[in-house]
Amino acid sequence: MTTSRRKFLKNTLAAGIAASVPLSAIKLLNPAEVRASIGDGKVRWAFLVDIQKCVGCGLCVKACKNENEIPYDLPVSRTWVERYVVTKDGKSHIDSPNAGRDGFTSTKVHEDDIPAEDITKAFFVPKLCNQCEKPACVQVCPVGATFQTLDGVVLVDRKWCIGCGYCVMACPYGVRFFHPVHKTAEKCTFCYHRISKGLKSACVQACPFGARQMGNLKDPSDPVTHTIMTQRVGVLKSEYGTKPQVYYIGLDERVR
Amino acid sequence: MQNHAWRPLAVVIGAVALLLSLRAVVVPSDFGVNGENFTYGFHRKGAIDDWRAVTVKYKGKEYCRECHEEKVAENLSSPHKVIECENCHGPALGHPDNPEKLPVDRSRELCLRCHATLAYPQSNRAEMPAIDPAAHNPGQTCPECHNPHNPSLEAM
Repeated sequence: MTTSRRKFLKNTLAAGIAASVPLSAIKLLNPAEVRASIGDGKVRWAFLVDIQKCVGCGLCVKACKNENEIPYDLPVSRTWVERYVVTKDGKSHIDSPNAGRDGFTSTKVHEDDIPAEDITKAFFVPKLCNQCEKPACVQVCPVGATFQTLDGVVLVDRKWCIGCGYCVMACPYGVRFFHPVHKTAEKCTFCYHRISKGLKSACVQACPFGARQMGNLKDPSDPVTHTIMTQRVGVLKSEYGTKPQVYYIGLDERVR
Repeated sequence: MQNHAWRPLAVVIGAVALLLSLRAVVVPSDFGVNGENFTYGFHRKGAIDDWRAVTVKYKGKEYCRECHEEKVAENLSSPHKVIECENCHGPALGHPDNPEKLPVDRSRELCLRCHATLAYPQSNRAEMPAIDPAAHNPGQTCPECHNPHNPSLEAM
């Protein structure tokens, strides 16, 4: 093959220009993305937790377990409440006995009785499925048994789940477990059977203090959406890039 | 084409045909990309309806009010108005047909969920009217003295 100097320089320049075109400019449009951009799906559920308001009564966990038929006395739960007690020596004492189902009634954390004068920070953190926008658990399912609905809730198809456990491993938040009766992967559904009927989720309804709230991110007049958009809120483990949709007011760096 | 090439080809075609016909039977017809994209939306569409069909067990205070107007009215005038009836009485599902069914939780432990002293500065728990369970009438249940529907201390 022979090439002239003129031709070589011309080709090099053309290749340089072509390489500098951003990849996104020539990306083919996904029909679903087009559908989403023209406003299909008027609902995107999001959760808001106010840590200051949570008093650690655990009524949310009790209601969730009853509503969703999670065996009451087994050590599994779709939602749980963690207690964080930070002492003056800088140590964090963290516990969640029975997932917080019976509330927190004692100053003992894991057998350590922590007197009030040693405490610098102490608070309760309710946890549940973050219904991520980019759920890692769905990506790893080999059979299409777990998926995201158009309104943003991640569900498990109990008839289709083979119980391989990949999703339990993949979830950075540890919210998935095996249902002891159905023998399939189990997780918080934001009480899909309730929210799709216009009811509050069981935990939101059971919370006496409004520490748990749920809203529609696509409705700008929704008070929860307004809070998420205008107040200082945080999410858990944002470094994983899963875009969690459970927002926390008053989050501490010790909470992970 | 010669036999030694044709025969294995027939086997392969047969196997593919068998696999495809089996798949048509086993995989539900509503299986496919039903969500936003393949990565997050590849599933059986009927699974969403399965989840929608789950029975609602906790009905809420307005549901209780339909029969227990007086009790709810008393409760709504008290600091305990923020508490759902079913938090103590249990889920109301099936209760109107079988009124004996609701197991009321009158235990100390239930009240202590909120009213055991925990001085946690970054939590509203510190603001709760609270007692030390070891010192405050141990062994007695709370409803013996306090009215759980309207616990105001003046009314005692």
